[in-house]
Amino acid sequence: MADATTQQSSRSRDLDKLLLRPGHLVGPAFEPGTELRDDLQKYVRILVVGAGGLGCELLKDLALSGFKNLEVIDMDRIEVSNLNRQFLFRLEDVGKPKAEVAAKRVMERVSGVNIVPHFCRIEDKELEFYSEFSIIVLGLDSIEARSYINAVACGFLEYDSNDNPQEQTMKPMVDGGTEGFKGHARVILPGMTPCFECTIWLFPPQVKFPLCTLAETPRTAAHCIEYAHLIKWDEVHSGKSFDPDNPEHMQWVYLEAAKRAELFGIPGVTYSLTQGVVKNIIPAIASTNAIISAACALETLKIASGCSKTLSNYLTYNGVEGLHTKVTEFVKDKDCLVCGPGILIELDTSVTLKMFIDLVEDHPKLLVSGASVTHRGKNLYMQAPPVLEEMTRSNLSLPLFELMDKFPKGVVHVTGTAGKGDNRQSCLRKLRVAFKGVDGITDTDMAGGA
Amino acid sequence: MAEPKTKYDRQLRIWGEQGQTALEKASICLLNCGPTGSETLKNLVLGGIGSITVVDGSKVENGDLGNNFMVSESSLGQPKAKCVCAFLQELNDAVKAKFIEEHPVTLIETNPSFFSQFTLVVATQLVEDSMVKLDRICRDANVMLIFARSYGLSGFVRISVKEHAVIESKPDHFLDDLRLNNPWPELKEFTENIDLDTSDPVAHKHTPYILILVKMAKEWAKGHSGRLPSTREEKREFKELIKSKMIALDEDNYKEAIEASFKVFASRGISSNLTRILDDTCSEVESSSSDFWVMVAALKEFIANEGGGEAPLEGSIPDMTSSTELYVNLQKLYQAKAEADILVVEQRVRDILKKIGRDPYSISKAVIKSFCKNARKLTVCRYKLIEEEFNSPILPEMQKYLTDEEYSVAVGFYILLRAVDRFSANYNTFPGQFDGAMDEDISRLKTTAVSLLSDLGCNGSTLTEDLINEMCRYGAAELHAVAAYIGGLITRQFVPMRGTFIFNGIDHKSQLLSL
Repeated sequence: MADATTQQSSRSRDLDKLLLRPGHLVGPAFEPGTELRDDLQKYVRILVVGAGGLGCELLKDLALSGFKNLEVIDMDRIEVSNLNRQFLFRLEDVGKPKAEVAAKRVMERVSGVNIVPHFCRIEDKELEFYSEFSIIVLGLDSIEARSYINAVACGFLEYDSNDNPQEQTMKPMVDGGTEGFKGHARVILPGMTPCFECTIWLFPPQVKFPLCTLAETPRTAAHCIEYAHLIKWDEVHSGKSFDPDNPEHMQWVYLEAAKRAELFGIPGVTYSLTQGVVKNIIPAIASTNAIISAACALETLKIASGCSKTLSNYLTYNGVEGLHTKVTEFVKDKDCLVCGPGILIELDTSVTLKMFIDLVEDHPKLLVSGASVTHRGKNLYMQAPPVLEEMTRSNLSLPLFELMDKFPKGVVHVTGTAGKGDNRQSCLRKLRVAFKGVDGITDTDMAGGA
Repeated sequence: MAEPKTKYDRQLRIWGEQGQTALEKASICLLNCGPTGSETLKNLVLGGIGSITVVDGSKVENGDLGNNFMVSESSLGQPKAKCVCAFLQELNDAVKAKFIEEHPVTLIETNPSFFSQFTLVVATQLVEDSMVKLDRICRDANVMLIFARSYGLSGFVRISVKEHAVIESKPDHFLDDLRLNNPWPELKEFTENIDLDTSDPVAHKHTPYILILVKMAKEWAKGHSGRLPSTREEKREFKELIKSKMIALDEDNYKEAIEASFKVFASRGISSNLTRILDDTCSEVESSSSDFWVMVAALKEFIANEGGGEAPLEGSIPDMTSSTELYVNLQKLYQAKAEADILVVEQRVRDILKKIGRDPYSISKAVIKSFCKNARKLTVCRYKLIEEEFNSPILPEMQKYLTDEEYSVAVGFYILLRAVDRFSANYNTFPGQFDGAMDEDISRLKTTAVSLLSDLGCNGSTLTEDLINEMCRYGAAELHAVAAYIGGLITRQFVPMRGTFIFNGIDHKSQLLSL
């Protein structure tokens, strides 16, 4: 039973102090007041990418930071090994989609918050889906997924004729990542602060064992496991591909690895290590996720409200020995293919969409194959799904100039796959197209209307 | 209940079974279960802590719904401790969870012996006076204590315990223990049977760098009256010498040897850090000494005698280009030496225990083994009483922080976090807690901060108006995101933090202050 005194305090008692009062150490656009608080609730829409260790925390933190319109996207289902940190999930939830359970649990506890779950791959969504959000918050564990979302968000950024980024097209991102006791949180304001791709060197490529070591001179338990996983499996199971989520497959690899280890006198092959090596398991604990998510949620609140300065622009946390946090201000790569003004391609007005696609696929810097093309949210040509391909196929023979409504300049987005062999991944590239011999007087229109 | 091995898989990969057992044995008491306290316990409960006791005397209000995930609309008017405890129990049924509806301050005043039953007390959102009292109680009962406070966009975390000895510190970067410049007889003999100049190219490119470097170090020392490379020029020459032994460009083992040559240049014997522990007066053991110090005493004897100035060998080698046979044999060689060292230390431990009148077998072999393997990385943390820090902080450090731009906001928050407690002791409210009196509160807080600084001996130091204003703006608000951050910090670390961690939520330039 709530008595009279408990009714007195408002639910936003604590947050109000920050949102309703003026301050000296605040963002440039901070306008404190109840209107700000109400606007955060009403108009700000936040997308959380990933509903794992970081995602669960992020949804909770954002729901308790004054936001009411949240969405979450994740393609995974809940596993038992998630339960040591993904606190929104219970044993009986195992097997259910993470996004759906996470959204439901937070809504149950924080009334008034609406969370829309999306149980799918991030590539399955149209670009337009992402454009609807005020801020995109990333709680991911893969470089590829970060890279994709980064390209999508940077793809919305438009530049004026002087190559200055246009602020109203900027889609801020807040990115968190953890591994064991270490983590990072960063703020990406495309066009202003470095994007994920500008500082891709922060994520060194994963070391892989040379195949000849695995086959000829194995020395460690991991070598034996990778031999069983990468070489022996294919020799024995011709055609059947290895499924890391199938316990029988894992057991087979473990037993083969153990046999090989015994043959060579190598110690240390265990089932747990086999899983770790094959699935490239990153150790994870609750507290690091909590810290990084909280930093990300706080930055999201600050970007949305201006109630304090924002992180500039990369925070690292290390809790292995004592506790170290450090803020580094990285600089933008002005030639970045993703957040820069885009590669300029000059074309004759007669060039057809088909010719344009061939040109893009042959471009030495872009390295895109299977290209689909959109212009201002309109599909010009789509490789998939088949229905869309059929619908857009007739555009291939039309001049791109006409498809772009005869503007002398414009930005097109190309999606496809980049890289070779095992390294293939979805990519999105922004291209600036300029048509030769067309008067550029519409430049100013572009700046305003693009 | 889920198979714990699977549930805890991702954390077992970090701290192993031993760490998990320690966690499952721990009993924790939480004082005040606002978001800062609740979030702390959440992380520990998920990890499988043994038991928790939540102490809070307040009832759930509307405002709590806005910052604490562990309470919901149906909890309004109910004891906060009860609601938070129920939610925490839901997270992990293996944890024993209970609550006590009582104000922590009352417990501190009336029932100090209450705290002695716990492994760790987590005290959140306490004011200075209570912190000082609780600190004394826990210090006397030898209970570990962690203070945490969230205040607007600032906060702090401070550990307090007389002594915390860490055996498995698992540091990030630590030089492996290969003894390349100080090989023991068996390694010497093994190396002597290897011909670096073999005419077989396959054998040549599969000789592990350990063997290459031990040989080269010996060769170098022969030509330099027993010394190893020490100047930059000599080190360069040494690398050139290794390079000259290559017979093909693709010999990865030689490239690795050049890269690892710094391991030859490293100094022999034990680190200054370990020396300090060996020289600690606690290593003069008596019947009441802790197991840790008994083992340190044995270690000291080992280093002075059988070890020949070195700690017990760690016994593992990193992966390196090699034939399987040589690698596996080397691995066995290192392991055998480590085992032998452990046996010697074990005997010394037993003898010492006997000498001080304790059961010689009261320390298990497994513990001694782990101690030996980690001997080079032992860490001892000691913490001042909080009262001592508050009354007489290390003045030169304080002055350094006050003038260093990197620290200015953090130390400002440190002073102001203390000033708000003085403020509340004087005026029965926190500065800026209520809307009406902002201007007056700002000037009062400024006066309080100035007099605090002068009490600490930092006359003439001032804090910026902006920060004082900012502190009043916070008005004692406990923000969820800040609380979650602070709560995350104190959950668990390998080597706990030393000093006082000040959270700076403005630009995240948080700092650890040693005062």
